[in-house]
Amino acid sequence: MTDEKPTQIFIMGKAYDVPPGVTIMDAMEYAGYRFVRGAGCRSGFCGACGTVYRKEGDYRFEFALACQEMVQDGMHLTQLPFTPAPRAAYELPSLDSSENVLLQYYPEIARCVSCNTCTKACPQDLEVMEYVQAALRGDLAEVAALSFDCIQCGLCAMRCPADIKHYHMAQLARRLLSVSASPVPEHLTERLKAMASGACGEELDELVGLDVDALKERYSAREIEPAAEGAA
Amino acid sequence: MNAITYFPGCSLKDSAASFERSTVAVMERLGHPLEELPRWTCCGTVAALATDDLMHLVAAVRNFERAQKIEAEEIVAPCAMCFNTLRQVAMRVNVDVEARDKINAFMNEEEDYEGGVAVRHLLEILRDRVGWDAIEEKVTEPLFDLPVSAYYGCTLVRPSGVGIDDPAAPAVLGDLLEALGATVVKTPFDTECCGSYQVVDRRDLAVDRSLRILRAAITRGAAVIATSCPLCQYNLEEARRGALAEGMLVEATAPVVAYFTELMAAAMGLDEELLPADLRAAVVRSRETTPEGV
Amino acid sequence: MPRQREVSTERLRERVEEMSGEKLFACYQCGMCSAACPLTEEMDRLPSQVIRALQLGDPTVIESNAMWVCASCFACEVRCPKGVDLAKLMEALRQIRLRRSLDWISLDELPRERIRELPQIALVASLRKKAG
Ligand code: SF4
Ligand code: SF4
Ligand code: FES
Repeated sequence: MTDEKPTQIFIMGKAYDVPPGVTIMDAMEYAGYRFVRGAGCRSGFCGACGTVYRKEGDYRFEFALACQEMVQDGMHLTQLPFTPAPRAAYELPSLDSSENVLLQYYPEIARCVSCNTCTKACPQDLEVMEYVQAALRGDLAEVAALSFDCIQCGLCAMRCPADIKHYHMAQLARRLLSVSASPVPEHLTERLKAMASGACGEELDELVGLDVDALKERYSAREIEPAAEGAA
Repeated sequence: MNAITYFPGCSLKDSAASFERSTVAVMERLGHPLEELPRWTCCGTVAALATDDLMHLVAAVRNFERAQKIEAEEIVAPCAMCFNTLRQVAMRVNVDVEARDKINAFMNEEEDYEGGVAVRHLLEILRDRVGWDAIEEKVTEPLFDLPVSAYYGCTLVRPSGVGIDDPAAPAVLGDLLEALGATVVKTPFDTECCGSYQVVDRRDLAVDRSLRILRAAITRGAAVIATSCPLCQYNLEEARRGALAEGMLVEATAPVVAYFTELMAAAMGLDEELLPADLRAAVVRSRETTPEGV
Repeated sequence: MPRQREVSTERLRERVEEMSGEKLFACYQCGMCSAACPLTEEMDRLPSQVIRALQLGDPTVIESNAMWVCASCFACEVRCPKGVDLAKLMEALRQIRLRRSLDWISLDELPRERIRELPQIALVASLRKKAG
């Protein structure tokens, strides 16, 4: 810990002094919380760490990802890492994307009152209400475009007065679109074919045989960006 | 000429797509092109009636704010149900400052709606701005004596003060049909309810209501029933389908249910693609039976 | 049976008047509304009887099916010689129940094939009137 003044936050009503400038997630761990659920990627991609807070002197509710948002003095917070919202069961290939599929599987979207509360809740700053509205009028492409960066944190659904399961619905839209409108990527098809005919068998067998430490070592040493050709 | 700010509503983008296609095409032909309201949201049909139910006015007010943003003084809806919902809300929030302030405070991410956006139905624009004469001028293939029932239903004419015409004896749709060359068939059911949203959980009830409307039109010889609402259209077609299946009607005499804009497109000789097959057939039939030179 | 809470009769009358903005005692029971209503065959009380019950403070009116059969067509409203907007009274009765989470319809009971056919306005409207 530095000698800077600690930041005071309130986790579920209890005060903690935590180091300034750390994320909510780090601060909670510093305060003694251990995440069994409610944390995943720790880099803003998995949507497991939805958090709500209010700051002293501000009546508004704020929404964040615990792994991304920095603590602020006087933050009252709790995690809302999970939203009970079962996903509709569907057989993707059997769906006809020219029909109002989204409405059929998620008819609650017809209850939207355009309050925009979902948009205000989204830690990804998506225009959530706009994608629900696009869904209501059957515009799959618009739903997919507007919801592309959704990480399924569920905060919108937690706030919606109309009981809408926004993120599941939008996921269905993106899936429908990828089935009906996007070309099948050639390289992927080829790769899958190669794998099916045993092309990577040896490498896989080797990996399966390694112990954890050796795997870790390999992982850290992996090539992240392929070296540019002809680079010095 | 200023473009008309147009509010399509959800159904016109999906189940009632032919209503939108014909609307856009005829307005273009009449020299009053439509411009879609940017980022419009569902109107929140049907109008919330409780004085303290402000939450259910938000959807409409959000649309008014978006109209205000582009400096539009009015929005025009072809769907009678959207029109009715939007106008009822406009009539309240344009004068009820307290309600408007509360809604504005809630919608704090938008600019305040200051009141003043008017809501009009497309038929009002046709009657009051375009005019029947101008429409008649654009008619290239008059619907010679095609017997059409002008079905208003509820939301064009009620409640009092909200509708676009006399609720007891509306004329606007009939006048339009006459300008197209059709013969208007009057029935006592012209402003009767089709059963509306009851069709969702009480299909029997809506079909029963719609069947009466259909029968009244058949008895009086209508070949087409003109509608202005995707829900009326759906209910009447449901009743028609059922009656055909049960042998109560025969295809040859069962009236075709069509949006008034589709009839306009037919009379203006617009792209045949705009017309549903059954309407095209009815129009062709009536032309064949009309003596030469009429 | 959905869960039910007591509604005091005085309170019911008051709340219906407040929420509808209508005067219950303006009605002199001529029955024009019931004559105009296209859906009375399905109602367990006529529209004019709904007002009468409210005038008398009869709490059982909240159990009536009339407000759920009502299609908000406003046929009653244009006919009433006393200017009572009955559609608003029906709305108040619906709202009193819906605000207690006593929904009249459930989306879960609506088959997918039906939703596929229906125009959006049917669903939006029905859910606004029959679910809270
Ligand atoms: S749309 Fe909903 S689930 Fe997706 S990131 Fe935003 S708040 Fe989370
Ligand atoms: S929170 Fe729900 S009701 Fe409100 S705008 Fe979003 S989807 Fe619609
Ligand atoms: S832990 Fe994955 S987004 Fe925060």
